Amino acid sequence: MSKIFQHLISTAVPVPIENIDTDQIIPARFLKATTRDGFGENLFRDWRFDANNQPKADFVLNNSMYSGKVLVAGKNFGCGSSREHAAWAIADYGFKVVVSSFFADIFKNNALNNFILPVQVSEDFLDSIFRAIEADPQTQIEVDLENQFISIKATGEKESFDINPYKKTCLLNGYDDIDYLLSLRQEIGQYETTREFNF
Amino acid sequence: MGKTLFDKIWDSHIVMSKAGYPDAVYINTHFIHEVTSPQAFDGLRKRGIPVFRPQKTRATADHNVPTMDQHLPIKEALSRHQVEMLTKNTAEFGVELYGLGHPYQGIVHVIGPELGITLPGMTIVCGDSHTSTHGAFGAVAFGIGTSEVEQVLATQCILQYKPKRMKIEVNGQLKNGVLSKDIILYIISKISASGATGYFVEYAGEAIRSLSMEARMTICNMSIEMGARGGLIAPDETTFNYIKGREFAPQGADWDKALAYWKTLYSDSDAQFDTILSFDAADIEPQITYGTNPGMGMGVTQHIPALGEVEEKERPSFKKSLEYMDLQPGSALLGKKIDYVFIGSCTNSRIEDLRLVADFVKGKQKAEDVVVWIVPGSKQVEAQAKQEGIDKIFADAGFQLREPGCSACLGMNEDKVPAGMYCISTSNRNFEGRQGPNARTFLASPLTAAAAALTGRVTDVRSL
Ligand code: SF4
Repeated sequence: MSKIFQHLISTAVPVPIENIDTDQIIPARFLKATTRDGFGENLFRDWRFDANNQPKADFVLNNSMYSGKVLVAGKNFGCGSSREHAAWAIADYGFKVVVSSFFADIFKNNALNNFILPVQVSEDFLDSIFRAIEADPQTQIEVDLENQFISIKATGEKESFDINPYKKTCLLNGYDDIDYLLSLRQEIGQYETTREFNF
Repeated sequence: MGKTLFDKIWDSHIVMSKAGYPDAVYINTHFIHEVTSPQAFDGLRKRGIPVFRPQKTRATADHNVPTMDQHLPIKEALSRHQVEMLTKNTAEFGVELYGLGHPYQGIVHVIGPELGITLPGMTIVCGDSHTSTHGAFGAVAFGIGTSEVEQVLATQCILQYKPKRMKIEVNGQLKNGVLSKDIILYIISKISASGATGYFVEYAGEAIRSLSMEARMTICNMSIEMGARGGLIAPDETTFNYIKGREFAPQGADWDKALAYWKTLYSDSDAQFDTILSFDAADIEPQITYGTNPGMGMGVTQHIPALGEVEEKERPSFKKSLEYMDLQPGSALLGKKIDYVFIGSCTNSRIEDLRLVADFVKGKQKAEDVVVWIVPGSKQVEAQAKQEGIDKIFADAGFQLREPGCSACLGMNEDKVPAGMYCISTSNRNFEGRQGPNARTFLASPLTAAAAALTGRVTDVRSL
């Protein structure tokens, strides 16, 4: 899997809806694939297309004014089903960063495991981003992973974000959790011998 | 200082805790199903490594399977392929499979407990968010993504940050017609769909203690719907009696040893929680959801909030939700006509649920223009229902008793609610399109669903 960027300046796609669950990001009927590829086509499927598979004009992904590598969404993004297909769809569509004021736990892990950076910002900052994009769809958003900040280029508004140091190293270097866990196999075997109730 | 139940289990499963790294947590039982596992097995193949402890993973086919004619090949090509991949992968990697046709097949969160695989003190994961169900036994059980399924297959461990702890007490006694499903829908409606994000929840209090194991599973099942990593309940005599004698439960001397250990599994009286919430069981009436997330619920006799009662910031999402549902802010749901009733899913498809519904509808008929699907959680539940004659009661009432699977809970197979139709469902999610594109879902208890099946309308079960 490709290494994540260290730094990015991009326009953004706003979806100012709260509690976007992973069923909206990728509906269940598209979970039948047995590989990780091609899910981008069905990202937000039922918000993007009507029952006859015609694009819905009022959805942002169908509006050519909006594009970019940053998805900006309302609070509690990625709640519901643990399906990693949601992260695969977001990555496959071409997003590198998702910005929200709050992320569901499992989604956050799934995103990081697929080298998508979830950037959690304050409610106020999120509002500022939405306002800036509304005023100008070409608004540039800057995300700097190394220095852990996000900014709105036009207004200079800036906020720092948290990321766990371990996860940051993984993202910057393209390591995944399995590499680390596999390095612990001896310790795991050792642990198993010490457990009285190793069911 | 004492420890919480969660900490006792978590701490005793840490293989490695290094500064700056997440904990490497040992997993006792790993469940897999056809939808979230194929890419994980592929990952192992790419790395050229085996499943580390194949006997600690159990597989079943549930999400994608038809609920009619399961003895025939699956018609839909992609579903068939996915189920075949599970068969192939489990055979190749030496993992036990309870696939279609196996007497143990069923929804993954129904079969683990009923087979005695799920035990107190365990760590349990599955590539499925409702793994929290198993917490009812006093286990630390939570859902994971496919990359994490691969981690567990490869190392029997998972990397996790320790969540915060929340205690939710439900004190006092439940009123008539109120089930454990109503308790959890009520709690979620009070604290919202994200109210417990970042937490592991322990449920406590008299009203919780008084519940059967199956009713406790319903509560823990929906922990994820308030954002929690998982939920658990300290094991007690009810738990031990349920487990004893089940297929894979410890026996003889092992049982005695296990029991002695399980009796140490409770939160110490001086244990610290990060948050404690208390509710009074007497305040809970039968619940129903009106919106498109499980936090949008209310008592069945209440009104949907008026626009003015919703915080201004939340109004756009609230309006979008009600437009999808084609409901008016401020209106009541009682008497609203419904088209489908779905009794099933890992929340409410166990034998007690079916018995309760059967008792309630015995000798009665469903409303004429309502379709009623009863989908048992497992082959064993189905067999038990037939043995008890419950299938006859359902047939007489005009209900369809189908074969086990996730079914209309997520509409991955043919069991979809048609666009625009209203379904009262005992499942756990009312998301847009969850039960089929443009289908509209009201979540409720099995009793409230059964009442609606008889009247064809949203009904207060206490009035029948
Ligand atoms: S019944 Fe529904 S919630 Fe439960 S495991 Fe199946 S799809 Fe998930």
